[in-house]
Amino acid sequence: MTDAPPLEIHDLTVAYHKKPVLWGIDLVVPRGKLVGIVGPNGAGKSTLIKAAMGLMPISSGWVKVFGEPVKKNLTRIGYVPQRESVDWDFPVSVMDVVLMGRYGHLGLLRRPSKQDRDIARESLDKVKMLPYANRQISNLSGGQQQRVFLARALAQESDLYFMDEPFAGVDAATEAAIVELLHELKARGKTLMIVHHDLPTARSYFDMLLLLNMRVVAFGPTNEVFTHDLLQSTYGGRLTILSEVAEAVREKG
Amino acid sequence: MNVLVPDFDFHRVFIAPWTENLASFGWITLMGFLVTATCGWVGNFLILRRMALVGDAISHSVLPGLAVAFLLSQSRGTLPMFLGALVAGIVATVLIELIHKKSRVKQDAAIGIAFTSLFALGVILINLYAGKGGVDLDQECVLYGEIAFVPLEPMVMVGGQILGPIPVVRMGFVALATALLIALFYKELLVSSFDPALAVSLGISATFVHYALMGWLSVVVVSAFESVGAILVIAMLILPGATATLLSHRLPVMLGLTLLHAALSAVLGIHLALWLDCSPAGAMVVAGTLIFVAAWIFSPSEGLLRRWFRARLEAPAVGSS
Repeated sequence: MTDAPPLEIHDLTVAYHKKPVLWGIDLVVPRGKLVGIVGPNGAGKSTLIKAAMGLMPISSGWVKVFGEPVKKNLTRIGYVPQRESVDWDFPVSVMDVVLMGRYGHLGLLRRPSKQDRDIARESLDKVKMLPYANRQISNLSGGQQQRVFLARALAQESDLYFMDEPFAGVDAATEAAIVELLHELKARGKTLMIVHHDLPTARSYFDMLLLLNMRVVAFGPTNEVFTHDLLQSTYGGRLTILSEVAEAVREKG
Repeated sequence: MNVLVPDFDFHRVFIAPWTENLASFGWITLMGFLVTATCGWVGNFLILRRMALVGDAISHSVLPGLAVAFLLSQSRGTLPMFLGALVAGIVATVLIELIHKKSRVKQDAAIGIAFTSLFALGVILINLYAGKGGVDLDQECVLYGEIAFVPLEPMVMVGGQILGPIPVVRMGFVALATALLIALFYKELLVSSFDPALAVSLGISATFVHYALMGWLSVVVVSAFESVGAILVIAMLILPGATATLLSHRLPVMLGLTLLHAALSAVLGIHLALWLDCSPAGAMVVAGTLIFVAAWIFSPSEGLLRRWFRARLEAPAVGSS
């Protein structure tokens, strides 16, 4: 459509109760990249993607999505929140949840059409959850819940995806399935921003890494950014994590 | 013993209300059903949003709104009362948010502060101005309601046909409007209740849905006031949805079960009231509670009985021989 980058953030500052959580974030994410957002707890990883989507008030700076303010391009954004952010006892079926991904494309007063249902069904099929379509969501395992969230994001048919720790607490089979799906989306020209907690796998999963600790420590291709020095300045003096980092870097060398 | 529990007269309790006394008991039962069903439908969403207590708060906060609306308009007409309730409900909602967000007071405490103070303000306003200016707001009625008086209200006539007593017709309209609103905005209600962050990322304002729901809740509560009062209305908001939660995991089915609960509460309640010669509204709530307890025990999926049997089956048979 345009050559505008999927995500452009300039001088973004976000504060919680007057305490800054993110400080002077400048970022231009190129199209068709699989970007991992890593950093210690409290680094503002989730806050960054929420602020980028306009889910929380920002203190200063601006965010543009495909060259437009976020509010104008909401249908081009897909979102996978943290799995624990919702109540899985909620009285809806797997299909109902995936159909929610279509709501952004429907206007007010419009119900999901047959076409929306078809898209939802295809999305479920891609994450191998179609047989569960009519299940109540409380009967799902953690990995299955995450797949449902991914199917919902697929049903959004967006161009820029934000995912908040999609690998947290899932089984190995689901983890592999998610990685495969992310690469497929990337191959279709989608841009993906993934909050990730695990350093060793971050290196193999993502094309680009955003090292975050309240501010952007580094942003670039994984092999350039995943260095001892940069990781150390991201994670600061946290000893346990530092040794983990050392381990990860050694594996790389 | 007969002094404590009145004699059970089958004809008086079960036959008369549907035969010679149908003209009055029919309206009372219908009113009970409409109030419970409408409150129950809105209540389902309150329960899903873990806002059952907010329903409690709104039902009390509406009182000063009614008093102010009455003072300003000098009438107890439907429109001023609805507007007063609507404004009061929104004010209560804003107040709760404000206390919660702008101080270190947590939300449950904020609810406690907002609704008690608004309710107290309402009590003072009614005390000061009740009886002055011709028409009065009856405190008893506001607190406890008087569903038994429903058949005595003037009838609404349409084209020579009797439609029903004013409160019943009004409640019928509110019930229809509630069903219509839920049907029209089902997806917005659903997604903002399940996953507010996703809703906002889809361009659906979770905040707007919240205030709209609170506003409509105020309208529902005030139209239920007259018959069940500010206190029992809380039971009507929570019991049907809570019962439905025990019996189904599908929201549309739960909304259907809510209607069933409302109908059973109204019918069982009116018979209970006739037997014990007590307030029909109170009896309907007691009936609704009994239905809830029955669902709790007998629910086929996760009732106490089912769980007990399952535990028995899974437990190893130790020392059985």
